[in-house]
Amino acid sequence: MASAIRIVNGKVYDPSNNIDGVVKDICILDGKIVDKVPADSTTLDARGMVVMPGGVDIHCHIAGHKVNLARKLMPEDHRRDVAPRDKARRSGTGGIVPSTFTTGYRYATLGYTTAMEAAVPPMGARHTLEEFHDTPVIDKGFYVLLANNVCLNQLLEQKRMEEFRQAVAWWLNASKAYAIKMVNPGGDEPWKGRKNSNVTNLDEKISGFELTPRQIIKALIDASNDLGLPHPAHIHCNNLGHSGNYLTTLDTMKTAEGRRVHITHIQFHSYGGERGKNPISKAPEIAAFINDNPNVSADVGQVMFGTAALMTGDAPLTWLLRNMTKSKWINADTECESGCGILPFSYQEHIYTHALQWAMGLELFLLSKDPWRMVLSTDHPNGGSFMNYPKLIKLLMDKAYRDETARAVNQKAIAKTTLLDIEREMTLQEIAIITRAGPAKLLGLKHKGHLGVGADADITIYDELDDREAMFNAARYVMKGGQLIIDNHEFSSDCEGRILHVSPEYDAGIEEKLRPFFEDYYSIQFDNYPVHPRYLHDDVRVPNLA
Amino acid sequence: MSEGLTTVKNAICTFCGCVCDDIELTADPQLGKITKAGNACQLGRAWFLEHRHEDRPTALIDGREATLEEAVDRAAQILVDARFPLIYGLSDTTCEAQREAVAIADYINGNLDTTSSVCHGPTGMAFQGVGESTASLGEIKNRADFVLYWGGNPMEAHPRHFTRYSVNPKGWHIPNGAEDRTLVLVDVRPTQSTHGADIFLKVNPGSDFELLWALRSLVKGRRVDASIETRTGVPLSTLTDLVERMKSCQFGVMFFGMGLTMTRGRHFNIGALLALVTDLNQYTHFVAMPARGHGNVTGADNVVAWQTGYPFGVNFNRGYPRFNPGEFTASDILARGDADALCVIASDPASNFSRKAIEHIRKIPLITLDPKPTVTTSLATVAFTTAPYGINAPGTVYRMDNVALNLRPAFESHFPGDEQVLRAIKNRVLELGGLSPGGAPH
Repeated sequence: MASAIRIVNGKVYDPSNNIDGVVKDICILDGKIVDKVPADSTTLDARGMVVMPGGVDIHCHIAGHKVNLARKLMPEDHRRDVAPRDKARRSGTGGIVPSTFTTGYRYATLGYTTAMEAAVPPMGARHTLEEFHDTPVIDKGFYVLLANNVCLNQLLEQKRMEEFRQAVAWWLNASKAYAIKMVNPGGDEPWKGRKNSNVTNLDEKISGFELTPRQIIKALIDASNDLGLPHPAHIHCNNLGHSGNYLTTLDTMKTAEGRRVHITHIQFHSYGGERGKNPISKAPEIAAFINDNPNVSADVGQVMFGTAALMTGDAPLTWLLRNMTKSKWINADTECESGCGILPFSYQEHIYTHALQWAMGLELFLLSKDPWRMVLSTDHPNGGSFMNYPKLIKLLMDKAYRDETARAVNQKAIAKTTLLDIEREMTLQEIAIITRAGPAKLLGLKHKGHLGVGADADITIYDELDDREAMFNAARYVMKGGQLIIDNHEFSSDCEGRILHVSPEYDAGIEEKLRPFFEDYYSIQFDNYPVHPRYLHDDVRVPNLA
Repeated sequence: MSEGLTTVKNAICTFCGCVCDDIELTADPQLGKITKAGNACQLGRAWFLEHRHEDRPTALIDGREATLEEAVDRAAQILVDARFPLIYGLSDTTCEAQREAVAIADYINGNLDTTSSVCHGPTGMAFQGVGESTASLGEIKNRADFVLYWGGNPMEAHPRHFTRYSVNPKGWHIPNGAEDRTLVLVDVRPTQSTHGADIFLKVNPGSDFELLWALRSLVKGRRVDASIETRTGVPLSTLTDLVERMKSCQFGVMFFGMGLTMTRGRHFNIGALLALVTDLNQYTHFVAMPARGHGNVTGADNVVAWQTGYPFGVNFNRGYPRFNPGEFTASDILARGDADALCVIASDPASNFSRKAIEHIRKIPLITLDPKPTVTTSLATVAFTTAPYGINAPGTVYRMDNVALNLRPAFESHFPGDEQVLRAIKNRVLELGGLSPGGAPH
C-alpha cells in the first residue's frame, strides 16, 4: 500500500472545516491528511460516494472486566452470531457483547475508527488495556471511575482540595485514562455497605462520609477543568432510570456553574413523573437547558428495540431491574473504587417505558439546536448495540420512516412525547457532526473528526444511497491512519489501533500521601498499582487544552 | 552476601490463585537461584526457593537435542498437518502466552481448552446460567463480616487467603480483623482450615446440592423438613441459625472450591450457591468467589473469553469459535480419541487425565512447553523447556478475583518464555499454512 493516496470525485462532508457535500480531493501522506500529494500517487475514485472523517464513539462499553464478565455470561448470544476468520481478520463471536476482535472489525464496518470505553475502575485499567491490545483497527481510550473513590472522597471531606486535585492527576496517570468519569456519585457506599441502598438526591449525606454527591460532582468538574483535560468530567448522573430524575439531571448540570461538563446517556436521565410510577418525557426541558448552556454537552444514550445488555457502575439500578426481569445478574464490586452491575435485557415495542425511552432519545436529538453538543450514542450495549447506529441515523434523517416506526409501538408512550410533531430531518452534514466531528471536538481530539490538513487519515467512504440505514451499515472504504482497512467492502488488512490517554502533571509528593491508604485498605501493593507503560503499546498522549 | 545478589520488592507469586504481590525476593542470578522469599507462604517459598535452571536442552525432538528453530518448525508442521489439533493447559503461564495460544488455535482451526475444564469449569458453566455477585479481594478485607468457605481448604491450598484477604486483616469497616467476622467452613471432613472456624458444617459427601437448596428455601422463608439432617448430616436448627446470620450480616461472602465443583452435582452445585448468594442480596450485600487454584487460571479464562466469547473448551474447526463442554474439553476429546495432535502448555495431563485419555496421548504427536520435566514432557515429540513465569518470564497474571498484575521476574533465564516460543510457532504456522495475519500483530 503506497503511503500517498488521493481520494477523488467524492462528495466530502467535513463539518469542522465547513465543507458540506462538496466534491473535492482528499490527499493522504504517511497516515495524515495533507494538501497535496505527487501526481503519480495512488488514486481512489469515490464517484457517487460520500467521504467523511472516521466515526468517533464518545461513549460505549467495549473492553475490561465488566465487559468480559458480560461476554462470559451470554454464550447463547454468541452462538447465534459467529464471525469466521478470513484472510485479514481473526475469528470471534458477536451478539450484544462481541469478542474483542469482532468489536474492532464491526466498528470499522460501520466506518468508525475511534471509540471510548466509558467506565473503568482504576484497578481494572490493566485488564482494559490488555483487551484494547486485542481490539483491532480503532483508536481507543477509557474514562476512569473516580466519583466513588474512597481515598479521594476522604480527601474531599477533609477539605484537602489541593491534595485532592493532585491525587486526581496521579490517578489519571496511574491508570493511563483519557478522562474522569462519574457514575452515580456517592452511591457505592450505601450499595456495598448499607444493605444495597442508594443515594437519591445531590444534597443527601453519603453514609460513612461527611460529604454529599453534589460536593463530589463539583470537585471533579473543577478538577477536570483546572487540570485542562481535553475532555471534561463525563457524568452518569444520580437516579438513572427513575421517574422524576430530570430534576437531578438539571441540578447536576447547574452544579457545573458554567464550567465545561459532559452528561452521558442523557435520555436515561430525562424522565418526569413520580418516583416508582411510570415515567413521562422531560426531554424538551432537558434539551432546552442544554440549548441555553454552552458549557454543557451530552450524548443521547438512545434506546433501540431488541437485545441489550445493561452494564454499568450503577449497581443498585441493575439490581432494581434484575428484580423485575429475574434474569441472570452480575454484581462486581471493586475495592475502594467502584460498583458494577450487569444484566441481559431487551427493549420491546409494546412496553410503555421502552417505547417512551426510544421516543425520548429521538426527541433529544431533534429538539437540540446544537448538534455539536448532543451527540450520538446508544451507551452500547446498554441502550442497544453500536450495530444499531445505521438504523438510528435513518430514524433521524427520515421523518416518514420515523413516524411509521413510532406508530407501530406503544401508543400511550408516544402520546406522552412530542415526537410525531417534530418535522426535523437531519442532513448528512448534521449526521457527520453527531457521529464524528462533534464527539471528536468534545473529546478534544484535534486530529480526529475532520479532514483538514494535519488530521489523522481516518477516513470513511460510503456509497450514497437513499436508504440511509443501508448506506451507513457497511462502509465501502475505511482508512485508518492512512492504511486501507476496508477496500470495496472487503477487509483487506488489519491494524491494532492506538491507545489515547492523558497525563496531566502532578506533584510526585502526593504518592507518599496516598501510600498509607493503599497499605491499609487495598489488596494490592501501591508499587504494583500504576499501569506499566508497556501496556500502552502504540499510544498517543493527548495534550491538555492550552 | 556476595555482590551479585539482587533484590526484588513487591514481587508476585504465581503459585496459587492468591497471586500475592508483596514478596521480597533475594536472588543470585549467576547461580540462577532465589535465596530468600520474604512474606511468601510455605507453597510460595517452595515455588521460589526450589527453582533451579534445569539441566536440559531448550528443545528436544523425539528425545534428541535440537535447535529452537528446528523445534519450532517441527511443532508448527505437526499442528498444520493435523486435522484435529488440540491445544491444552495454559493456567500456569502469562496472559501474553495465552493470547498466542488462542491465536494458533484460531489459525489452525484447532481446539483450545484450559485446565479450567478439570477444575472450575463447572463454575464457568453455572456462571453462564445464573450470573454471580462478586467483589475484589480488598472489598472482602474492608467489609466482610460474614465469611464462608464451601468445599475448600484454604489453609493448605491458599495459605495466605485467611491472613491477607478474608479473615485476619483489619479493613475499613472491619477495624478489629478476625474478631469482627464470623467464619464458617462447610466441608465433608475436618481440615486445617476448619479448626479456626466459628461454625463448621460437616456435610455428608455428595449432598452439597441438597444443603444449598435447603438454604435457599430457608432464605426465602419456606419450610424445610427436619429430614434434611439425615440426607446432609447437618441439623435443621444449624441451617436456620446460619441463614439468620447470613441475612443479618452487613457484607457476606462465600468462597467455594473443588469440593463443590468436582463432586456430585458439579455445575448444579455452583449454580445453587450462586443463586443462594443472589437471593441473599434481597436482605443484605452478599458476594461469592471461586477460590481458583493455579496462578493464572483466571487469566486463561479472561483471555479465552475476550478473544472468543467463551471461557474454555473452544473449538475452531469451522473457522469460528464454538463452545461445548464435554465435547470440546480436552479430557473428553482425548478419551474419545478425536485429537490427532496435542500441544500442552504448562500442564501435565499425562499424569492426571483418565486412562483412556492418556492412552490416546501416547498415540499422537505431542508438543510440550514446560519449565520442568513431567510425565507429559517425557512423551513429547517436541519438548520445549521454557522459563517459569514470575521467576524468569515477565507478563500479566490475573488473581482469582480478576485483578490483573504485572509480574516482576527476579532474573532472566537462558530458556525462552512460553510467549516467545508460542509466537514463533504461530509465525511458522502462518508461513506453512500460507496464511496472512493481515499485517496485524494479532
